[in-house]
This record gives sequence, C-alpha cells and structure tokens, in this order.
Amino acid sequence: MSDFSGTLTTDERIASPGLLTRLAVRPEIGALIGALVVFVFFTVITSQFVTLAGISTWMDTSATIGIVSVAVALLMIGGEFDLSAGVMTASTSLVTAMLSVKLGVNVWLAIVVSLVFALAVGAFNGWLVMRTKLPSFIVTLGTFFALQGINLGVTTLVTGTVQVSGIATAPGYASAGYLFASTFTLGGSPFPISIVWWVVVTALAAWLLVRTRFGNWIFAVGGSAASSRAVGVPVGRSKILLFMTTAGAAWLVGTINILRFTTVQANQGIGLEFEYIIAAVIGGCLLTGGFGSAIGAAIGALIFGMANQGIVYAHWNSDWFKLFLGIMLLAAVLVNNGFRARAERARR
Amino acid sequence: MSALLEVRDVGKTYGSVIALRDVSTVVNAGEVTCVLGDNGAGKSTLIKILAGLHQHDAGQFLVDGEPVQLSSPREALDRGIATVYQDLAVVPLMSVWRNFFLGSEPTKGFGPFRVLDRRKAKDETRWALADMGIDLRDAEQPVGTLSGGERQCVAIARAVHFGAKVLILDEPTAALGVKQAGVVLKYVAQARDRGLGVVLITHNPHHAYPVGNRFLLLKRGRSLGSFDKKDISLEELTRQMAGGAELEALQHELRGAAQ
Ligand SMILES: Nc1ncnc2c1ncn2[C@@H]1O[C@H](COP(=O)(O)OP(=O)(O)O)[C@@H](O)[C@H]1O
Ligand SMILES: [Mg+2]
Repeated sequence: MSDFSGTLTTDERIASPGLLTRLAVRPEIGALIGALVVFVFFTVITSQFVTLAGISTWMDTSATIGIVSVAVALLMIGGEFDLSAGVMTASTSLVTAMLSVKLGVNVWLAIVVSLVFALAVGAFNGWLVMRTKLPSFIVTLGTFFALQGINLGVTTLVTGTVQVSGIATAPGYASAGYLFASTFTLGGSPFPISIVWWVVVTALAAWLLVRTRFGNWIFAVGGSAASSRAVGVPVGRSKILLFMTTAGAAWLVGTINILRFTTVQANQGIGLEFEYIIAAVIGGCLLTGGFGSAIGAAIGALIFGMANQGIVYAHWNSDWFKLFLGIMLLAAVLVNNGFRARAERARR
Repeated sequence: MSALLEVRDVGKTYGSVIALRDVSTVVNAGEVTCVLGDNGAGKSTLIKILAGLHQHDAGQFLVDGEPVQLSSPREALDRGIATVYQDLAVVPLMSVWRNFFLGSEPTKGFGPFRVLDRRKAKDETRWALADMGIDLRDAEQPVGTLSGGERQCVAIARAVHFGAKVLILDEPTAALGVKQAGVVLKYVAQARDRGLGVVLITHNPHHAYPVGNRFLLLKRGRSLGSFDKKDISLEELTRQMAGGAELEALQHELRGAAQ
C-alpha cells in the first residue's frame, strides 16, 4: 500500500461540479456576499466610509468583535455556546487593572495572572458542562451572571467606585501597550494593532480547524459527540479546551481594551456575547454544531464593524443598527439551514 | 489457543434493574458470534461491556484469555475491539475521509506544526473502501449523503483498516431495506473471512443464520444458551426468538379468530 495514488482515477459519476456549486457548499460564502453588499452600500451613501481613517475605524470595531467571535465559532462548531465571553472581556481588564494599579504589580505579570484567571474560568465552564451534561447555554448563563456580579462587587469593594483607572503609570505599561494597544501607519494613516491580532487569531483558528487533528475533533464532537467518543476522540477534553480558547480570546480583547483606554468600567462587556454568536452564525456556523468556519466568523465580525460605523457616518440613529442585526441573523440562519440540508441530505 | 473474547456468567445491573445475568459465550477469530434477543433483552448492555462503555459487575470478561475490566472505548480500541453502533457509526456532516480517520488521523510535520496528512488520508480512504469492494464516488462528500447501508459499510471498513481483531456490530441491519441489509451482511462475511472475530447483534434470525457460527440467545437479561450452528436450525432459532410456545399459542389464537 505504498503508492496507490496512480491507480486511483476520478470517478466518472462525479459530474465535474460547476464553480457555483462548489462555492455554495462553503459555509462562509453567504457572509462574503453580505460583506460585499454592506461595503458597497456604505461606500455609495457616505463619503467617509472608504477614507483611510474610516477604514481604520471600522476595521478596529470589527477586530475587537472578530477576535472573540472566531473563538466562539470554534466553540459553536464543537457544539457549545459561551454566554460569558462578553463579560469576560471586562473581568480580564479589571483583573489586570486592579493588580497593577492597586497592588503595584508589573503590568506584564498582571496580564499573565489575568490570562490564568480567564483560562481557569473557561476550563470551569467546560468541566461543568461535561460534568452536569446541562446545555452550555444554561451553564454559561450562570457564569455570565456570576462574573457580572463579581466585576461590580469586587470593583466597588476595592475602589469605592465602579471603575478602575490609572494603569498608564504602572510599571511595564509602555512595553505591554506597544504589543497590545499601539498603532501602525499605513498610507500615512494610523491603524490600531488590534487589526493585526484579529488577522493572526483568524489565520490560526482557520489553520487549526481544517488542517490539524484537533480541528477534525472539533467538527466531530460538535457533529456527534457519541460517535466521536465511540472511535476514541477525547470529547470532554476537546470541549474544555474550546471553552478555554474562548475565554483566552476574551482575555486578549480585555487586555487590548485596558491598555488602550487605561480605564475600565465594571459593567462593560454585557451584550457582546450575542454579537460574537451572531457574527459566528452570519459566518456560517450552525446553531446545532458540527459545521462552520473561522474565516466566516471573521467576515461576520467585519459586517458588524462596517454596519456599526457605516450607520454613524450616514448620520442615522444607531437604533437602526439593532434592526439590521436582527435581520442579518435571521437571514443567516435560514441560509445556513439550507446549506446543512444540502450537506447532509440522506439517501436512504 | 484461547478465544479472542470470552464472557463467563457476566452480569450487569443499572441501579435496581438487572439488565444482564449469567451470560456466557465466546468469540473466535474468523467466526461470527450472533447475539439475538427481543427489545430489552440486554443485547446492547452486553456489547457496551465488550466495547468498554460500561463495566460488568458480575462474572468474568476475558480478552485473549486474560480477565479484564475495560474502562473506556479507547482501551477497548487499543486491545483491538472496534464497535460500530447503529446510529453512531459516523458523523453525518463530516466528509467520508474525515470520518474514516476520525480518532486515528495520519499527521505529518512535527511539534506544534503537526498537520493532518490530508492527501494520504483521502487516498487511503478510497483505497481501503475499494479493497472492501465499496465503490466510493468522492472522499470529500459528507457521509450524510450516503445511504444507511453505505454508512455502515464505511464504519466496518474503518474498523478492518485499523487492524481491529474483534468487530462488534450493534443491529447494523435494523433500519435497512432487504437489499441494503444484504450488502451489509456481505461485508460482515468479508471481515470474518479476513480473520476478524465478529459480534453481530440483531433481532432478525434470517440475517444472523447465514453468516453466524454461534448464536447467543438472550431473553429479559438472561441467556437461553449459546449454540453452535450445527446444534441449532434456522427454524429452531426463529422459534426460540419469537418466544417458542408463546408464538404457537398466538398462531393458534389468530387461526381461531380468523375462522
Ligand atoms: N443506562 C441504563 N440505565 C437503566 N436501565 C437500563 C440502561 N440501559 C439499559 N437498561 C435496561 O436494561 C435492559 C436491557 O436493555 P438493552 O441492553 O438496551 O436491551 P436490548 O439492546 O436488547 O434492546 C432494559 O430493561 C433496559 O431498560
Ligand atoms: Mg439495543
């Protein structure tokens, strides 16, 4: 069985599929079309949208949603949800800020402690979901409220207010800020480094998902946990790792935020969890797991960022953004269900 | 030579439910042991013990003559015991090749840059399936687009390819039409002829008899006996399965009603 590639010829029953048919089974194709439509729309009706400053602004908005939504997409493909991811961005900011401002800890160390905290909460989420066999929707809703309570409670207790600021004078701020919150210049215009992080996270996630063994397991545990277990895939471990990945992505955004704004509100981050999930769904993730794309989720986040800023540039009331979101979400779910039906159409 | 698998008076209770009690049989290389019984007879419980999903709490379970308690499906797989579950055989949304290598993916590269060897996986999938006489259209197509029988065949071919010594099949023909069931039984016979020990669970004696060497009859968690093929006829098997005397009484009753 050394070389059999030569003896295998393409089966004549596969009518060479047309370009359109091949594209239609890619999960991210709907999002790509959506992104093009939104881009063209705001380019036409506003003047700032395609200026360098404009692009920088909506790319930044997209990046801070996209970093987490890509991780959430992996988790959703793995068959689970995380409603605590939004609040986690605030929790990690708060941990970093409090350690360096109140205890004088070096910012780098504070960031590492904050990462350990995030990974621990993620592991706890995963462990609890596997242990109780409850839907992750419920378990992480619990974590969502618990973190929200801790964020407010501890912040009030320690600072007497509902915010922590002053990290800019802490030791290690300059070098950490360079890595997480600086800007780079492109065509004479500044772009935040968050965009680079977003691209790196997306590329890593996409590579992991389709090129590695763990990626194969992500699809499998989301598509059918019982079948995966039967062939020896470590289902519990894989899912716990995915919850930790999501928490880790939230930590990255939390770190970017605290270093950039140097202040954090204890009630930040609430509501973002839905934006992450919506971006992942727009990007082609099935709500039922087992199907989706990391690049799709990044494009979903891009649609988000463009619409969010486009509406501002068009001088519309931002309330319309929510309406837009709702419509996009419904349209995406309907399109995704169509794809799934095509992908798993059974011929009994 | 000891049998590949042997159970001696094994039993299993779920809380207060006695699902299985005093069941004994053997599985030899190149032979098919059929497990027959009505719904709730304990067939699935028995194979879950063999597959490492559950642990027996009475009697002995021997693999190659050595008493064991398998703690996970992974451990069973490592001992060469592969199980194909009726509804859990494959992940429908994943492609044929991804399913085929699930849990045993070939990789290349090293360290953190270790990636799936996709080309090898796709080629080997087509090669292994062709070797079992399964003619695949496209290794990239989702398994969900295959028919129920084809899906079972992919799962059987996978077990054979990864060097299983024992193949356990839980009701592989239950949801299939006559023709498809025949195709699946053909692959069961093929696995047997390659020297694997096969455990075939079914409640259809007509599916079991042509391929089986030994028939373990279960009823309400108890064994009605483990018979060699020479010691039992298809008629007797069918009669035992249907509840013997009860069926005759039913036939009598129906005949009476018709008159
Ligand atoms: N996990 C379980 N917990 C409690 N009772 C169970 C469990 N699994 C099976 N049983 C019971 O054990 C008996 C045998 O079931 P099973 O092995 O599934 O039978 P079969 O596969 O022959 O239909 C049934 O009465 C069933 O209700
Ligand atoms: Mg059963």
